[in-house]
Amino acid sequence: METFPDTSGYMIAGHVIALITMGLYVLSVYLRNKNLNQDLETLQSLEAEQTKKK
Amino acid sequence: MQSKPIALTILDIVSIIVLGIATYLAVVFAPTEAVMGDVQRVFYFHIGTAWVGLVGFVLSAAAGIAYLVTKDMKWDRFEVAAVEVSTMFFFITIVLGSIWARPAWNTWWTWDPRLTTAAVTELIYIAYFMLRQGIEDPDKRARFGAVYALLGGLSAPITFMVIRLFRTIHPVVIGNASAEAQGGFDMTADMRTAFFFALFAFTVIFIDMMWHRIRLGGLQEKVEQLKLNVSM
Repeated sequence: METFPDTSGYMIAGHVIALITMGLYVLSVYLRNKNLNQDLETLQSLEAEQTKKK
Repeated sequence: MQSKPIALTILDIVSIIVLGIATYLAVVFAPTEAVMGDVQRVFYFHIGTAWVGLVGFVLSAAAGIAYLVTKDMKWDRFEVAAVEVSTMFFFITIVLGSIWARPAWNTWWTWDPRLTTAAVTELIYIAYFMLRQGIEDPDKRARFGAVYALLGGLSAPITFMVIRLFRTIHPVVIGNASAEAQGGFDMTADMRTAFFFALFAFTVIFIDMMWHRIRLGGLQEKVEQLKLNVSM
């Protein structure tokens, strides 16, 4: 039977790090998007108030 | 709130599916390499992420040229998205390479020409964001970004070609390897399936992430414009 060197720990670590990095990036885009949408709503209401006052 | 196009939702789902298949092909389907063992399986993600990383850097340079010619901010948004997504993917490439190098070369890192140019490329693009943040004026920032991306884009073909031009221990997948290359292997048919599918999968994921990041850039611009309107 063919035996291979046991380097499975490195393989698991590599794939886990790759998936976590991509996951964190997706999360960062999601959070930035969410925050910007909140800012947009606030600024739009402020702008509307300013227009009313004028 | 911006409504998400249906095509983007479909692309999100396709990206998750192809990532799952690519992981299965790399971890389960592809045969174990006899000399290195399971660690060789990180090669599929290593090449897949390197491919989209380097292509993205070249695309950002092209977007830089397009901005300088047209002065259209959409090219600035495209450029920023390409740099950001590619920097993330190229970071994965470097980390996976280092993990593979530990059992294959008996070291996490060595100042080999390929590893050095890859590290320099990554640092160039990390600096891109730090320098951009220091510029307030959007037009000036976009112009600076375009010139920087154009010059930085040269590092991508250099990184790709360096193992084909100089003596290096880094294996070459396509083309002739240097006599000093350590850890190279011949791909079987199943390995080639996993390899080409990984290239396809990361291309799909890259397009998906680019689309999201370009939309985010559009939203950022809208908020910046509104801030100016409100403060006047």
